[in-house]
Amino acid sequence: MSHAAHIEHSAVGFDSHHDGDHGHHHKETFLTKYVFSQDHKMIAKQFLITGIIWAFIGGLFSVLFRLQLGFPDQSFPILETFFGQWAEGGKIKPDFYYALVTMHGTVLVFFVLTAGLSGTFANLLIPLQVGARDMASPLMNMLSYWFFFAASIVMLASLFIQTGPASGGWTAYPPLSALGQASIGSKAGMDMWIIGMALFIVSQLLAGLNYISTILNMRTKGMAMTRLPLTVWALFFTAVLGVLSFPVLLSGAVLLIFDRTLGTSFYLSDIFIAGEALPNEGGSAILYQHLFWFLGHPEVYIILLPAMGMVSEILSINSRKPIFGYMAMLGSMFAICILAFLVWAHHMFVTGLNPFLGSVFVLLTLLIAVPSAIKVFNWLTTLWRGSIRFTPAMLFAIGFVSLFISGGLTGIFLGNSTIDIHLHDTMFVVAHFHIVMGVASMFGMFAGIYHWFPKMYGRYMNNTLAYVHFWVTIVGAYLIFWPIHYQGLAGMPRRYLDKSQWVNFSQFHELDAMITIVTIIVFAVQLMFIFNFFYSIFKGRKVTTLNPWKATTLEWTTPINPGHGNWDGEIPEVHRWAYDYSKDGRDFIPQTEPVSENESTH
Amino acid sequence: MTTTFFIIAILVLGFLITFQIAKASEYVAVIRGEEKSRKQTNKINAFLLLVFLIVGMFGVYYCNVKLEGKILKFGSADSDHGLLVDQMMKYTLIATGIVFVLTQVLLFWYCFKYQEKENQKAYFFPHSNKLELIWTAVPAIILTVLVTFGIVYWYRITGPAPKEAMTVEIVGSQFKWEYRYPGPDKELGQKYYKKIDPSAMNPLGQVWEDQLGHDDIYINGQDEPMHLVVNKPVKLVINAKDVIHDVGLAHFRMKMDAVPGTPTTMWFTPTKTTAEKIKETGNPDFVYEISCDQMCGSGHTNMRGTIVVETQEAFDQWIASKKPQYKIAMEVKRVADSTAAAGVAPVAPVAKDTVIAQLKH
Repeated sequence: MSHAAHIEHSAVGFDSHHDGDHGHHHKETFLTKYVFSQDHKMIAKQFLITGIIWAFIGGLFSVLFRLQLGFPDQSFPILETFFGQWAEGGKIKPDFYYALVTMHGTVLVFFVLTAGLSGTFANLLIPLQVGARDMASPLMNMLSYWFFFAASIVMLASLFIQTGPASGGWTAYPPLSALGQASIGSKAGMDMWIIGMALFIVSQLLAGLNYISTILNMRTKGMAMTRLPLTVWALFFTAVLGVLSFPVLLSGAVLLIFDRTLGTSFYLSDIFIAGEALPNEGGSAILYQHLFWFLGHPEVYIILLPAMGMVSEILSINSRKPIFGYMAMLGSMFAICILAFLVWAHHMFVTGLNPFLGSVFVLLTLLIAVPSAIKVFNWLTTLWRGSIRFTPAMLFAIGFVSLFISGGLTGIFLGNSTIDIHLHDTMFVVAHFHIVMGVASMFGMFAGIYHWFPKMYGRYMNNTLAYVHFWVTIVGAYLIFWPIHYQGLAGMPRRYLDKSQWVNFSQFHELDAMITIVTIIVFAVQLMFIFNFFYSIFKGRKVTTLNPWKATTLEWTTPINPGHGNWDGEIPEVHRWAYDYSKDGRDFIPQTEPVSENESTH
Repeated sequence: MTTTFFIIAILVLGFLITFQIAKASEYVAVIRGEEKSRKQTNKINAFLLLVFLIVGMFGVYYCNVKLEGKILKFGSADSDHGLLVDQMMKYTLIATGIVFVLTQVLLFWYCFKYQEKENQKAYFFPHSNKLELIWTAVPAIILTVLVTFGIVYWYRITGPAPKEAMTVEIVGSQFKWEYRYPGPDKELGQKYYKKIDPSAMNPLGQVWEDQLGHDDIYINGQDEPMHLVVNKPVKLVINAKDVIHDVGLAHFRMKMDAVPGTPTTMWFTPTKTTAEKIKETGNPDFVYEISCDQMCGSGHTNMRGTIVVETQEAFDQWIASKKPQYKIAMEVKRVADSTAAAGVAPVAPVAKDTVIAQLKH
């Protein structure tokens, strides 16, 4: 264990007697290097690749249920080949449809955009950008991945059981999720969903505590909190949100298990189902929604903030300009972080919530638009009078801003309880959160992958494929989700798999077919991205310079393929903030360069 | 099956071609000089971003032209509260529409204008308190206006129902709606979920000991629409038997969850009769629909109810033709008791059904 001790010693203190080849002077087996690795960079890759696998599964599910939505009358024999009784005669059964929708949501929200996004980039970037040799506790870090892995196994296994996976929506509202009589997916599949989520929450807590303590305690000499790159700040706020809100979801899930198995009545009351009156009285189904959304809303920002942080960084680097309003960016993230905890009931305006309480939540919800607006205007000003390089990462960052604007503005409709009465649980909501949370965060993730791929693997991804990936994805994303707003404005409820019997919702046949075709194309292009990713790990163009994007931050001062411990020799000292681009006629000034006497101040 | 393979083959082929081009362009870039080809790609992407803005804005317009006729137009709501919702949507659309165009244009225009060029230096501009103050204050003011309107309307919609409002109970269960009218006394009798017994003609679990419930009229939403009176406020008392459902009334712009164990309410005034709507839309099949808006299980999509809005006279006529559920239940009980007393074996379900069917007519 001398190795771990060595790392801890050198990372906490700022010792100057290092002798060169750090990270190479201890034996690593395949098992310790690639599987049970405690190196934050390897753990980041583990999170990323697991996330990509989940994204493939979750995306494939959306293609399947889009087939049903786009072509409700058609049968697809190939579905029966693969899914047997769930798609008898090549048509997706309602139970199967709801299982697909539920797992699509669960997988993408939690396993891809939480674990895959912040798991990857918090692990990769926090130690590298604050100047630490590893996380505060590499062991806990490793455990956080393996708890996530265990959660993945349980969730994956639930897809294969006889009664199918959970199918009560990703929010799993009881009583539907509490009673096996109510839905086939609420039988064993729901138990596995809860167990999987519980393991996932443990993973998030281990990870989050680690991120926070690393950022607070392990910054290198000179790295004041106000000199941190915005990525690290964003990841810090993300971790705080997660640590404070995930335990509440866990408590909600535990009570749900009690109701399911021990006969308690936390969420159940006055239920007559399948010809039988249940004994439960006095519970409140709405209690679960409070517990769920107390996590559920911060979760939105857990997904968005890392993307925002990376986008800020990438926009600044590729505009060759400092991020505009660093302190305002920080302040707005802080405000978002606080407000994220005070708006959960805007998901519950039509549950019979006290109208006065509702109005308080309207006020707090629309307040979030202010820091969001500040961020958008600051990004725009960062581009203004820049000298912009459109790397694939930069394009995805620009795409993120565009999508964040589009999706954020529809939030002003939904956050207003008066309008929400009409639009609640319609396709408008689906369009809103897919654009602002789903696709936008996905764009942030793509931007991050393209930008830091050279640091992860010492190679570049193929640019042409990356550009095709970007253009098809952004055009596709708007083609898919923009018209869905109109379905919502027609009052069409979400989670309807066949609108043919409805007089007022059946007018979108062609539109649904168009959306499905675009979905398939966009999915195919994501497969191309996955191919590009894995191909480039082994065959990509090699990185030959230490600092390919000419960035100021510390990760680019490490060797091209850094070993465990990141820096050969001493950890560099930091003398300035991370955004000295185009200052005093110089393209960029690394954080490690001391401030010279005649440098201008700002 | 063949089409599936055909599509997959096309996708694979398309991918292979793209991949070959991608590989080739990487080699070409190395040969021609990476810096040079990077700059060329930069120009192409900057141009494409501008094209995306222009085509995208046109697309937004085109999408609106294509789909405008298929949505519920702002201002077309068929209830008083619905008009408030529409009004609020209009204000919000104006505010967000302006911001949308402004910010998207700036985003893509800046990208195009400030693309990397020879002899162009980026401008070091780290912050400006004045600018930041402006774009904190302006959104805050706009939002204050929206919040104020929103909350005023919200209180009007969620405030107590007027005294003259008629009461109708609506109960959701997998996967149907049931309604109950209070009868001449205008008050609904008590219910208890353990009393629910469809075979004893007590589908809602009414407590027969409660006199108030003796004149309550039960309507099965699968057989009949809910009847409402035009220009008369209606207060819906909303219940669920098993899981959470949601009463969604798109044309009235109203919605409220149906939660087992926790009754909820909402009220509104329908302003057009169904007949008027049929004339207005030119659609002879037009009907007000009740959609379940909260995921409730495999039959969620089919949980449909309908509403007929009519004049007071038509409504009075309709309700007069209905028998209170208490009477129906008591007659069933009497028949069952007498057959049991006559020493016949307990009533077979079939026999009971015949009695019920006779009673209904």
